[in-house]
Amino acid sequence: MKTGTLKQILLITDGCSNQGDDPIAMAALAKEQGITVNVIGVIEKDVIDEKSMTEIEGIAMSGGGVSQVVYAKQLSQTVQMVTRKAMTQTLQGVVNHELQQILGGSKTVEDLPPDQRGEVMEVVDELGETVELEVLVLVDTSASMKPKLETVKEALLDLSLSLNARSGDNRFSVFAFPGKKKDVEKLLDWTPSLGALTSIFGKLTTGGITPTGPAIREALTYFKKKRSLRSLLSRDDESFFEESV
Amino acid sequence: MMMNHSLKNQFNLRQGSVIEGKWHRNHYVIERELGYGANGIVYLARSQSGPVALTMSDNGLSITSEVNVLKSFAKVQGSALGPYLLDVDDWIYRGKQISFYVMEYIQGPQFLSFIQQKGHAWTDALILQLLNDLEKLHDNGWVFGDLKPENLIVTGPPSKIRCIDVGGTTMQGRAIKEFTEFYDRGYWGLGSRKADPGYDLFAVAMIMINTAYPNRFSKTTGGLNQLMKMINEKNELKKYEHVLSNALQGKYTRAEEMRISMLETIQNNSGRDVSYSQRSASRTRKKVNISRQGFQKGKKRGGVLETVSIFVIISLLYLFYIFGQVV
Repeated sequence: MKTGTLKQILLITDGCSNQGDDPIAMAALAKEQGITVNVIGVIEKDVIDEKSMTEIEGIAMSGGGVSQVVYAKQLSQTVQMVTRKAMTQTLQGVVNHELQQILGGSKTVEDLPPDQRGEVMEVVDELGETVELEVLVLVDTSASMKPKLETVKEALLDLSLSLNARSGDNRFSVFAFPGKKKDVEKLLDWTPSLGALTSIFGKLTTGGITPTGPAIREALTYFKKKRSLRSLLSRDDESFFEESV
Repeated sequence: MMMNHSLKNQFNLRQGSVIEGKWHRNHYVIERELGYGANGIVYLARSQSGPVALTMSDNGLSITSEVNVLKSFAKVQGSALGPYLLDVDDWIYRGKQISFYVMEYIQGPQFLSFIQQKGHAWTDALILQLLNDLEKLHDNGWVFGDLKPENLIVTGPPSKIRCIDVGGTTMQGRAIKEFTEFYDRGYWGLGSRKADPGYDLFAVAMIMINTAYPNRFSKTTGGLNQLMKMINEKNELKKYEHVLSNALQGKYTRAEEMRISMLETIQNNSGRDVSYSQRSASRTRKKVNISRQGFQKGKKRGGVLETVSIFVIISLLYLFYIFGQVV
């Protein structure tokens, strides 16, 4: 089976967006481009309000991803779990799509007897281990996030540790929103490891509004640039996941 | 963690609910909920052949992954670490298909509460049992992954350690599927999350530390220093200092090595007539060579012979020298 590159946006936030485009619409736009959007809501001791909760779930749902609201100290474990879960979900979708073409009609994996299903799952596990992965991390740096940023940094370093244990290649990039002048500010360009984050996060300033929607929109263009650049290097397998998800 | 409450509410099966498999037509009567995890809910149920543990999930593929692991456990000869898989099937409930699998019901207290009830004397025997089972699992190309006291049940009598959650079991060389921070070497900055036998042995060491710190502790500086400091603060851990330090640093590449090392420590500790200097001497030797007791004794005898012969040779050389000077 041909394995393309899995593309994910990981949004880490603690509340509702308050400026610009509707983030749920932007997530739907991402999904159409073959990019999965995962959201982690991180709270301190406070309880998250209904509106934020709805938005977090909405973004992940229309972005074809996974969402989870956690206390800051559980962030590390959650970040890696959400990423892995979304990967498996996407790969299951791909495998299901392939199966439908083989079996014909509306048959899915769920219609197979348990034994055959086991063999299909082995394929999904294998793909999860070897597939190339691109994760663009979008960190909310509005004022209320300030005390949580150190934990966010730890969680991202931990994520890179988890994913780099796979045999497939990983590329990460990190963006903060709002940026100093624009909606989004690039902190770290595509890199196989997040080790460089340690120095960058120290200098981060927080404050201002929460333009979640515009941030997702901007993040999408970054994947695009990347793709056109890579197509120059004659990689033709990029569009595969877009069709099938 | 706030997770899967929707799943939990969605099923909410009462005592007496009957589950019938779509493929194999077996019946199971729900008794009560045993617990729930990332991938589904586990119920205690009654089958024709007695009590069983039944796991169900609305995501068929995620539990299929666990079923695959349970099947491969069955292939591990002579090991009863994980539960036996009895049935895999689907249940049609309110027009939706729900996947489930049925395992042997492993009954008994959790590892830590067993130790608390029966005393620390049990730690040695149970950890040795665990290492024995892990050796077999590793030999078959697997790593348990999410090894922690909550996943360890002591059945019996005779008391035997068993694992109940095999969701983290990973093929060697792949990335660990599931883990819990406190028992994860990556979290403590002491290694990668690639599945190798050393990953499980690190978790075994943390489980032993956990027996002395039932509430665990959080990472401050992390790394070996913090863990060794915690070990040295507790007498019941101090005696294993050497074994624990090796396991934490990934110096054991096989469960069997750690097992032998632990047996030696236990034997050295239980012999009260052994003087302190002797004990420390044998301890330093162990650092160089993880070996059996018998082998060490042979080496000690060899050491005496060596000393005598060196002494004789040097005296002879000296005599020749003196002789030469005189002449």
